[in-house]
Formats: sequence, C-alpha cells, structure tokens
Amino acid sequence: MTLTSDAVDRPVADDGGEPVDETPPTPPPTAPRVSRRRPPWRNPWRRPWVLETFTWAYLIWSIVPIAIAVLFSFNNGKSQSVWQGFSTRWYWGDPVNSVAHNPALRSAVVQTVRLSVLVTIIAVPIGVAFAIGIQRWHTRTSTTFNFVMVFSYVIPELIFGVAMFFLFTQLFTAIHLGTGAEVLGLVTWNFSWPAIIVLARLASIGSSYEEAAADLGASRLQAIRRVLLPLLMPAIFASAVLVFASVVDDFVVVDLLSGSADTQPMSVIIYSTSHGGNGGPALNALATIMLVMSFAVATIGLVAYRWMTRGERGANSQEAMTSIAGM
Amino acid sequence: MPGIIWLVVLFLVPFYTVLAIAGGTLNAIFSTPVPVWNPLRWTGTSYAAVYHLFFGSGSFVWPIFLRTVWYVAVASLISLVVAYPAAYFVARFAGRRKGLFLALLIAPFWISYMMRMLAWIDLLQTDGYINRALVDLHLISQPVDWLGGKSTTVILGLVYGYIPYLILVLYAGLDRIDQRLLEAGRDLGLNRVRTFWRVTLPLSRQAILTGMLITVLPMMGDYFTNQLLSGAQSTSMIGNVIDSQLNNSTQEAQGAALSLLLLAFLLAPMLYYVRKTRQASEEAF
Repeated sequence: MTLTSDAVDRPVADDGGEPVDETPPTPPPTAPRVSRRRPPWRNPWRRPWVLETFTWAYLIWSIVPIAIAVLFSFNNGKSQSVWQGFSTRWYWGDPVNSVAHNPALRSAVVQTVRLSVLVTIIAVPIGVAFAIGIQRWHTRTSTTFNFVMVFSYVIPELIFGVAMFFLFTQLFTAIHLGTGAEVLGLVTWNFSWPAIIVLARLASIGSSYEEAAADLGASRLQAIRRVLLPLLMPAIFASAVLVFASVVDDFVVVDLLSGSADTQPMSVIIYSTSHGGNGGPALNALATIMLVMSFAVATIGLVAYRWMTRGERGANSQEAMTSIAGM
Repeated sequence: MPGIIWLVVLFLVPFYTVLAIAGGTLNAIFSTPVPVWNPLRWTGTSYAAVYHLFFGSGSFVWPIFLRTVWYVAVASLISLVVAYPAAYFVARFAGRRKGLFLALLIAPFWISYMMRMLAWIDLLQTDGYINRALVDLHLISQPVDWLGGKSTTVILGLVYGYIPYLILVLYAGLDRIDQRLLEAGRDLGLNRVRTFWRVTLPLSRQAILTGMLITVLPMMGDYFTNQLLSGAQSTSMIGNVIDSQLNNSTQEAQGAALSLLLLAFLLAPMLYYVRKTRQASEEAF
C-alpha cells in the first residue's frame, strides 16, 4: 500500500515532451521495513485528531456562550456580566422587574405562546393540503405554485416583512397591525415547512398504496383519509414541531407587524430592550423561557417521531433528529 | 386548494402592494405614500429618490450597501471555513458517537437568534468575561468596548447567528456521499488528502452552494445583528436603512422601492436555489 501511494504521489511529468529524469528517487534505506510497521502518521485509518479537536472547539464556541447566558438569568444582582450568587428573582422573586410581575414581559410570554399555537394550527393543515394537491395534479398551475412556495422559503425575511407591512397598512386596513396581522404573516412565512417536508415524504411513499386502496373500492377522499394521512403522520408531526419552534424564534415578521406594545412577543422585547446591553438579567430569564419552550417542543417531537416511525426501515435516532430539524 | 388561495392573497398580493406603493405618488401635504394600483400610471418618483440616496450629493446609502456586501462576504466565508471541517468530521469520522455530535450540532438551530445575540452581549460587556480573560492574559491592557460599533463584533455576530443553518446543510450533503466512492478512491491509491480533494470536495460542491445561499440571503436582509451588537451608524447595513424608512411615514415609499431593488439584486441567486432544489427533488422521485 505504501508503495502504491508513493508511486502516485510522485510528481507526474507533463505532456510537454521535455526529457524527464528517469532515475527513480533513491529510496530511503529503511523504506522496505517501514512499510511493515508504519509510523502513526502514515496509518491511513488513524483517528483524525486535528479535525476532532476542531469540531469540539466549534461545539464549545457555539454552546458555552448560551450556557453562560442561561446561568446569568439566575444571577442575584442587576449585572449581566458579573456573577453575584444564585436566585430566581428575575423569574418571579422580584416584585417589579421579574418576568412574572413586569406586565410587558408577562404579556410577551403570553403573546409568544398564543402566536405559536395559532400559527401551528393554521399553517400545518394548509401546508399539508398544499403538498397533497401539488403532488396529485401535475398541471402548469401546480408547478407554478410549487415554485412560488419554494421562493417564499428563500426570500430574505426583511423583504417579505416589508411586503406584509404594506399589505396591512395600505390594502387590508381592516386588519390592523397586531395579533391578526402577525398570525397571517407568520402562517404565510412558515407554511412552506410542512409543504416541503410532506412533499418529500409523499415522494418516498409513492402512489402504490393509494392505488391499492382504490382497487379495494376506496373513494379518492377515503384513500387520502384512511391510507395517506396515517402514512404522512410522522412528516406532519415533524413539520408542526418545526413551525411551532420557528414561530417562537421568529423576529423580523413580528417586529414589523406588531402594532402596540401589548402585541410584542418575547423576541421583540429582547431586541428593543437590550440595545447597548442595559436590559438586566430579566431579559436572560425571558430568553431562557424561549429556549426551554423550543427544547421542550423539540424533545416531544423527537420522542413522538421515533414512536411513530418505529419499525420502519432506516429509522433510528439520527434520522429522527435530522427530520425534526427539517433536513 | 386553500394553499394556493392563501399564497395568492398573502404572498403575491403583498408584493403587488409594494410595487403599487413604490410606483405610487406622495400625499401633497403629509408626503405619506398613496398607492397607485394601475401599473400604467406608475411613476418613478420613489425610485428616483432612492437613486438619489445611492448616488446623489450627500448620499449615504452607497457606502452602506458596499459595507453590507463586504460584511456578508467575510462572514459567510468564515462560516464556511469553520462549518465545513466540523460537518465533515461528524459525517465521516464520528463513529458511534455520531448521535451525540449530531445533537450538539443541531442544538443551536433550536435556540432563538435573540438568545444567541444576548449571550454575546453579556460576554462582550466592558466588564464581561471576554475582556476580563484578555486582560488577565495580558493581551490587552484596557478593556475593549466591543459593543461600541466594531466591525469585528458585527461580523462575529453574523457568523455566530447563521452558522447553524450552514452546518446542517453541509452535514446533510456530506452524510449522503456514498462511502464506497471514498473507499474506491483509496483503493486506487489516493492518500487521504487527495481523496478529499478529488472525491469528497467535488461531491459536496452542491451542498456548499446551497449552504452558502441559505446563509447569504438572510444575511443581506439582516438589520438586527448589528443593531444589537453595535448600534452605531458606522456599522449599519442595508437592512437598517429599510427598517428606518418603514418607521418614518414620509419615507415609506422609498423603503418600498429600496426593498424591491434589494429583491432584484438577490433574484438571481434565489432563482438558482429554487432551480437546484427542484432538480434535487425530481431526482428523488
């Protein structure tokens, strides 16, 4: 093996026709013996220590700052950068500035939960219906709208938000900026998740199950309801988890579409209060609540997805994790 | 087809509204925008105003635009250089601990963007951990005001904010590469480095392109990262200009025109992405 790779590693002469030095490079005197017991750096299956160290460094860099921010939400002092002992005052202890007692922070939590639930309930059925429709009719309209849907998935959120902002301030003025506009905007922004995921799942299911159902006398609607939807359940569930979590995390759309202070969800409050870093640990507490919400939903999603796809070929926890992350 | 109706009413109509406002006229007294719905009567007033902002005397948008492109280019290249090796390691070499690595790679994807910026605001305070560590190591004598309008901080924030999306795309692409192709390369006498250059890298080119697009496109419309991490005029990006125009009713029409121009600028990469994903899904059918 060493000899072969040496042969390839040797610089190959160009086609230029220049006389090439034919004498092989003198082999190091110990070469034949070394090929039996290679030094560790010649072992082709050695562990990639450099890459592994680099990956750990990346993971530490990506996670430790968050961990510190979570830690400071339990700080017993006003500072976000100097540790002053453990307390839960920023969650509920402090009678004025804690998340539980400050009306702005409390209403932000409520608003985030309200938006996430409403948007998930509306966006997922629309996305699923869209995907089934696109998959079943192969017409020019369906191709065009598939294109529009993927387009809505990659357009920068600011441009989308600007369009929504003008829609509700100039055209649909009956819907004021506020919860109504936020829900409609977020549904539009997020329904490509279920659509894309369900389309992928439909492609992997194929049409044979539905044809079998039709042969056994099921109507079109029955076939969808009794055969297709149960098969799609894991995908629908994974996309619901994704929609919920991305609404919790969303910032641009809600920032542009929230009208008054009482319709601002948590992300907007964190943004508008932490300019220049004077928000205090109550913001860390708010962000930690968001984090816990997202992670709780992700964990529920992961466990349920594993349970629903049990017994399927290729089902394992890695596959479940990537599906829940929308990959 | 409720999905299609929804898309028409809430995706296509909004963009027509933007066109109508950008092409519309201004109210003579309040100079608030008056949308013009008939495309034949669209005027160029707002576009002219935006052109003036870009190139007219006392223009301030052109340097901001160049800065945006520069920040996005640097930040996305740094992201790629950091994300690729990590994704490569997890996809190829993680072995039995792949599940753990994957969970840790995906974790930031579930953490709110605001939370991730807040974490750095805490660390970069003048009395924060970064400054204290640097002073203790005698690398600097005075604490640095990281949050006072430093380009480095904004670029770091962009990298930190968008890298999870890139790394997931790269991981998915690298994980799909057939291991047998790599083994074939090794059998044919390539060493590790050459197998990577001649087999892995060409096979992952698609993942690199889509991953870069998925980070570059939202970065171009970013206005919150630099606002949170610096807030200074000297680091503002094109998104900040649009955002501030929307908050001022006399400039709303210019905001509409400017976001349409940004859209036009980004249209080619967006269409490329849509075409590529469509091809990929057709191959899967």
